[in-house]
Amino acid sequence: MSTPVSTPVRTPKSIPARAGRSRAARVTAWLFLAPTVLGVVVFTVVPIVGSVVLSFFHWDVIDSPTPAGLANYRELTADSSILTAFRNTLLFMVLAVTLQLVVALVLALALQGRMPRWIQQALRSAFFFPLVLSAASISVVMKYLFNQDFGVVNWLLGQVGASPVPWLTSEGWAMAAVVLVYVWQQFGFSFLLFVGGLANIPRELHEAAAMDGATGLRKHLRITIPLLSPTLLVASVVGVINALQVFEQPYVLTDGGPGDSTRTAVMVLYQTAFEQLRFGEASAVGVVLFVLILAVTALQFRLSRRFVHYQ
Amino acid sequence: MTSASYSPSSSTHSSSPDRLRERVGSLTARRLGTVARVCGLLVVALFTIGPVVWTVSTSLRSPAESFDLPPQLIPAHGTLSAYRQVFDQIDVWLFALNSALVTGLIAVGQMITAGLAGYAFARLDFRFKRPLFGLVLATMMVPVQVTIVPVFLILKGMGLTDTLLALIVPAVPTAFGTFLMRQYFLTMPKELGEAAMIDGAGPWRVFRSVYAPLATPGLAIVGVLAFNYHWNEFFRPLILETSNQNFTMPLGLVSLQGNLGTGSISVVLAGVVLSMIPAVVVFVIGQRPLREGITSSGLKG
Repeated sequence: MSTPVSTPVRTPKSIPARAGRSRAARVTAWLFLAPTVLGVVVFTVVPIVGSVVLSFFHWDVIDSPTPAGLANYRELTADSSILTAFRNTLLFMVLAVTLQLVVALVLALALQGRMPRWIQQALRSAFFFPLVLSAASISVVMKYLFNQDFGVVNWLLGQVGASPVPWLTSEGWAMAAVVLVYVWQQFGFSFLLFVGGLANIPRELHEAAAMDGATGLRKHLRITIPLLSPTLLVASVVGVINALQVFEQPYVLTDGGPGDSTRTAVMVLYQTAFEQLRFGEASAVGVVLFVLILAVTALQFRLSRRFVHYQ
Repeated sequence: MTSASYSPSSSTHSSSPDRLRERVGSLTARRLGTVARVCGLLVVALFTIGPVVWTVSTSLRSPAESFDLPPQLIPAHGTLSAYRQVFDQIDVWLFALNSALVTGLIAVGQMITAGLAGYAFARLDFRFKRPLFGLVLATMMVPVQVTIVPVFLILKGMGLTDTLLALIVPAVPTAFGTFLMRQYFLTMPKELGEAAMIDGAGPWRVFRSVYAPLATPGLAIVGVLAFNYHWNEFFRPLILETSNQNFTMPLGLVSLQGNLGTGSISVVLAGVVLSMIPAVVVFVIGQRPLREGITSSGLKG
């Protein structure tokens, strides 16, 4: 594998520049890269282009595709069920990301305070645990826990005197249940980011603030949150990207219902393509979803210029 | 109330009389605040662990008891009959084998390809390095749902749909893993490789004998993350696998739920428990790599 040394003396810095040696290095580089780059091109770059092209056609896989112009996109705005799905997706994103970030931040801050180390570690593991479970199987479990008649959630509510809630069978509550199940599983991700971010904030800053008389909430608002803002940005960007792709929870919990109340964009994409075999329409849904993700992410970065402070 | 008493509990034992007095004195609102805070956190932890505990306990009940409220932690008449039924209803071993095969090959494949590509981006020289890296980074942003229709068609063209390879092949090249490994290799001193090169080692040899062994912890992160993600994956298998014999665990479970309707939840939950076992094992063994993987994914913004 090693190339023979042709010149007796060379300084380390000159190695990449030498023709004979760097040619071998270049070949090696391309061999190293080949599987990844080829895979990324075949299974991501080409499919993106394919999605865009396909979205201008009607195609049921069996007959050959027929040009559709903008018909698929027009259908998106005309079909009330698809519009509802996009509206649901956005509503879900706002609720889920907000709740997830607030819960994760409060827990990360609360965990920072004084307590025995082993309790701290056990708590951290407990919050992070749902993350390793499969969204599909945990949704199966949650379907029983949220059952109106024999579910543990309503039983617990009954214990504190609340009346049972039709979680999965009423249009209003179904979205709440999907959000809760999703956040239950996902908040650990932001939580870990925050724990990491908080660990990077120099202790002295808090001590200095405490000496100046700052306490509790004020200290957090003035020091912790601004210093944590880069992490907050990352957590919200990742949170938004993930939330806009929600699928397993509504698919298993409610199958999009009741009515269309929990149908999301990805569910529509799945049903249009693989149940109705309308690949062109499904591609249009995918392209719009992608543009939506890019737009929201870009907006976040733009807004972040005002709120994010780098040290 | 000096900061000396704030250190973790281990310091309690080495208390001088001075400190002892201080400790007694500090049993104040502040102390109670800490207790309240920890109790609050423990309640939250109960909610994150609770559903899983309930799942395990309910799976051990007889069908007649499975709807009992209040939920009993220890079933009065514990039985493994639900588990027996799961094995009768679905081919657990086959689904587990499929999942293990798919997940294992993806994890190993990702470790190899991401290791190689990450090293190339960090340490080797070649044309188009920056645009190529930009391309890989950009694909990290693309959700699997957006590309799934063409990916399905490409795999169909390759004759791979409804085979396990359909799940494996597209998942091995990993933009995120490549990015992670590049960052990892960048932290290693250049001098090590240069020394090996002076001794006559070629680029492959330098990677294989010098850097790859040092990168083991990073590769473990990639492997554990891949295992966790793909063991639990539902969307791609749902689309790419149509015959029962190619189902992975999550798919098999949901089909179990369909077969049984609302007859007995303990059977469905027994299936859930079975599918969770490897995930929990990875959680126990791979906690640190998983955590580090997630924390460092925070860097990608």
